[in-house]
Amino acid sequence: MKSMYKITLQLQRCARDITNMSQQAVNGISHRGRVLTLDSMNPNVKRVEYAVRGPIVQRAVQIEKELKEGVKKPFTEVIKANIGDAHAMGQKPITFFRQVLALCSYPALLEDSKFPEDVKKRAQRILEACGGHSIGAYSTSQGIECIRQDVARYIEKRDGGIPSNPDNIYLSTGASDAIVTILKLLVCGEGRDRTGVMISIPQYPLYSAALADLGAVQINYYLDEDNCWSLNIAELRRALNAAREHCNPRVLCIINPGNPTGQVQSRQCIEDVIRFAKEEHLFLMADEVYQDNVYAEGCQFHSFKKVLFEMGPEYSNTVEMASFHSTSKCYMGECGFRGGYMEVINLDPEVKAQLIKLVSVRLCPPVPGQALLDLVVNPPQPDEPSYATFMTERTAVLSTLAEKARLTEQIFNTVPGITCNPVQGAMYTFPCITLPQKAIDKAKELGLVPDMFYCMRLLEEDGICLVPGSGFGQREGTYHFRMTILPPTDKLKVVLQKIREFHLRFTQEFS
Amino acid sequence: MLSCRRRASLPAPGRYSGRIPEWHTETRTDIKTDINSNMWNMKQLEYGALARRANRIKDELRQGVRKPYKEVIDVFQGDLHGAGMKPLTFVRQVLAACVYPPLINSNNLPLDVRQRAQEELGRCVGGSVGSYSAAAGIPEIVHSISEFIKRRDGGIPSHPENIYISPGSQWSISNILNVLVNREASPRTGVLIPVPFYNKTVLSITQLGAVTVPYYLSEEQGWALQVDELQRALESAKGVCNPVALYVINPGNPAGYVQSQKSVQEVIRFAWEKRLFLLVDELYQDCVYGENCEFVSYKRTLSEMGPPFSGTVELASFHSVSKGFLGECGLRAGYVELVNLDPAVMKHIHTLSSKDSCTPILGQIALDLMTDPPKPGDPSYPLYKQEIEHIRAVLVHNVKRVHEVINSLPGFSCPPLEGGLFAFPRLNLTPKAIQKAKELGLQPDTFYCTRLLEEGGVFTGPGWEYGQKEGTYHIRFCIAAPQDVMEELLRRLSSFHMTFMKDFS
Repeated sequence: MKSMYKITLQLQRCARDITNMSQQAVNGISHRGRVLTLDSMNPNVKRVEYAVRGPIVQRAVQIEKELKEGVKKPFTEVIKANIGDAHAMGQKPITFFRQVLALCSYPALLEDSKFPEDVKKRAQRILEACGGHSIGAYSTSQGIECIRQDVARYIEKRDGGIPSNPDNIYLSTGASDAIVTILKLLVCGEGRDRTGVMISIPQYPLYSAALADLGAVQINYYLDEDNCWSLNIAELRRALNAAREHCNPRVLCIINPGNPTGQVQSRQCIEDVIRFAKEEHLFLMADEVYQDNVYAEGCQFHSFKKVLFEMGPEYSNTVEMASFHSTSKCYMGECGFRGGYMEVINLDPEVKAQLIKLVSVRLCPPVPGQALLDLVVNPPQPDEPSYATFMTERTAVLSTLAEKARLTEQIFNTVPGITCNPVQGAMYTFPCITLPQKAIDKAKELGLVPDMFYCMRLLEEDGICLVPGSGFGQREGTYHFRMTILPPTDKLKVVLQKIREFHLRFTQEFS
Repeated sequence: MLSCRRRASLPAPGRYSGRIPEWHTETRTDIKTDINSNMWNMKQLEYGALARRANRIKDELRQGVRKPYKEVIDVFQGDLHGAGMKPLTFVRQVLAACVYPPLINSNNLPLDVRQRAQEELGRCVGGSVGSYSAAAGIPEIVHSISEFIKRRDGGIPSHPENIYISPGSQWSISNILNVLVNREASPRTGVLIPVPFYNKTVLSITQLGAVTVPYYLSEEQGWALQVDELQRALESAKGVCNPVALYVINPGNPAGYVQSQKSVQEVIRFAWEKRLFLLVDELYQDCVYGENCEFVSYKRTLSEMGPPFSGTVELASFHSVSKGFLGECGLRAGYVELVNLDPAVMKHIHTLSSKDSCTPILGQIALDLMTDPPKPGDPSYPLYKQEIEHIRAVLVHNVKRVHEVINSLPGFSCPPLEGGLFAFPRLNLTPKAIQKAKELGLQPDTFYCTRLLEEGGVFTGPGWEYGQKEGTYHIRFCIAAPQDVMEELLRRLSSFHMTFMKDFS
């Protein structure tokens, strides 16, 4: 029967080919294959993955559709705790920011008495800096000059007076854009000389995706889970030396506060990393987008720039570095505006000229995002009308996050088989899950990575969407998931409870 | 320190002038690392001396320095608002209400604005424009775009899964080029580009390590695209690179032509025969002025040509909110429609777009308002219609005036502008002027533009930035400015030009 089926298939294919050929014969034109195929396309693009919006999210979206169509499920909604999107989870925007941006969008509102004076002043200042006084005009590719000046002033204030030059500030379409731009600039060489980029494991998968896209060599250095995901210089050295065998390591990326791990590096650690970068001639990329998201007692955000300069001219005059920040996280949560910037330190002026060329290709960063960034670095001052509300809102967001961070760690650690490091900062928890061998075997059977199998089950049974640890990288034989701490506190409590119940069920099923 | 060691750059085929600047080898004693060698092949553009000088002059004027003019007329970019054109009221009212939802309850805004804002917010996750959207764009807006394309193309269906929204069309173009250009291939990937070209796309092509293969538009025929020339260009690539794509701009930039349907068909046929991926920039589809000129989309023409073309020619068409009547360059939103692509490749395009997060939500909303504007009967419709007609009238008037004035000046000529947002007149510079430019180390048209900026306070772009036939010189400037600004521009330009021609006679 099988061979009959095969023959039928072959005949069908022949028949189709013959038909095509006749058609072509009629047209007198030879068969034209596609120009762009899996074989002809850029092979690097095929290697790109991005777990945060990957297969599990696609399934989650499908389930949401099914729910809308009335399909019955053990839950009434899908809770998307996969992506660091605060507003999506109900966090409210900061009133002051939205008022100014509304006036920038529709300046006729400047006449509306319902808006406070400081809101109007800020909007006017921003509009004056825009071409034709419109946020619809292009800005220069590096970003509106007075906004870059404001960003520089903010950095100076944050870093205890260490000067920041607006010429070293490049506004961008979110921090991701700036990170990819720097990587584009740095990645070069062929074969053994190909640029190697060091990135923490676990990491935020933008890095692995960008490195795959650029054909760079990814050099993994493992964070120490047993020590609160701390960074170990010995481990950096190990990774670097191993990498020197097959590539040219030139860049060291560090995410602080960490994503997905949430650790906030100590000042000592940052100094050690800078020292290491100098010794090994590495370009430092410091992803600091969660700099306001610090919750744990005894933890404090130290900017790489500040520490670098406090280490003296031997370091501050030589180590090349780029620090990144954005409007998407912290207390703003304005992901949809795509606002961000990078500050570059010690870049050769001729290299900066090349950087300008590179950013000019996409013309300029979104002007509303630039305007928002200006407000973030230039918030209401104590003597201004919007100050009180602003501070109330900001404090509420950050204290709620801190509370949720604590709650998450506490509850997960009561579940046998789940171990959760303290969520010192950022917006995520990355607990370690112990999976029974039978579950691991079942996953293999289904062609799934074990933590993907786990997360898929959780999604199907409880409508909770997390991202499997494999999407971020983890030590061989360990499994994790990343969950955001963003759902509103009541909902978060329910989610934590459900995950606990699921985990116990799952463990029982595969025992 | 990151070094500036020069890497060998491939000579680009073609005979146009000022293509790739010569970089001098530099050695530094503290060389640590190198940067991506493709950077060097990317032309130094607007951040060259001319743009810096323009910014400095603007600063000086702000500080009260006396000059022969009170302000710089900046028509260097296709930036409507930058040149003084006003945004559409409906668009801005909706955006404001989306940004600050309490406005939805305000009686100061028309009812349809408030309803529309509510609708848009309903499509945003968590009801906020601060949330991420799906990577390809808010699904309802993608659907809206597909409906717009279908209406525009006389009912030919457009599938939402083939549409990707991006932060501006250049972002999309670079993404598609990124998929097309196989850096490991030998010979290198080639892309046919028109001369004159839009410099940003060409920068992208170079940055990705591909080779540009120029085909010359015919200035004598009003910048028409001729298939013979496409053929010649393709042949010139033999042994140099492997051309995989044909980049077309219709309506043109900077050359203001609008392709006839016949011309579009010829190009499609050529792409089909020679196995080329079609990349079509259609940003100026709303900017058509010429008599007997009509924008016909490549998608529509391809579909109407039927098999074998309609089912096989791979096409990427680009559009955005930056031009046309919206002129919202600063919002950064555009889209690409992909036709006949391999489904397996589409999967990878989807993953690639997902790592870029998403397009700014305000830009996506502007796209929706562009593709689904107020209709007759809506409260905002009369004002909307009035504003659109005003913009159209200004552009038609400017186009006529520019043609009149330029052609009345000796040593200056310009074919009728059929479409687009730029004038690209030809300068007949005297040997004396060319000599002076050489002495100063400048391209002749850069020299002209520099003088025009300093003495006339008008910021235009030199032809060499956009490519032109060897020995010809042009300037490019945007014609989308309020009428009084355009008159002032033409007055200053005429005055400067006469003086310049006299000085170098």
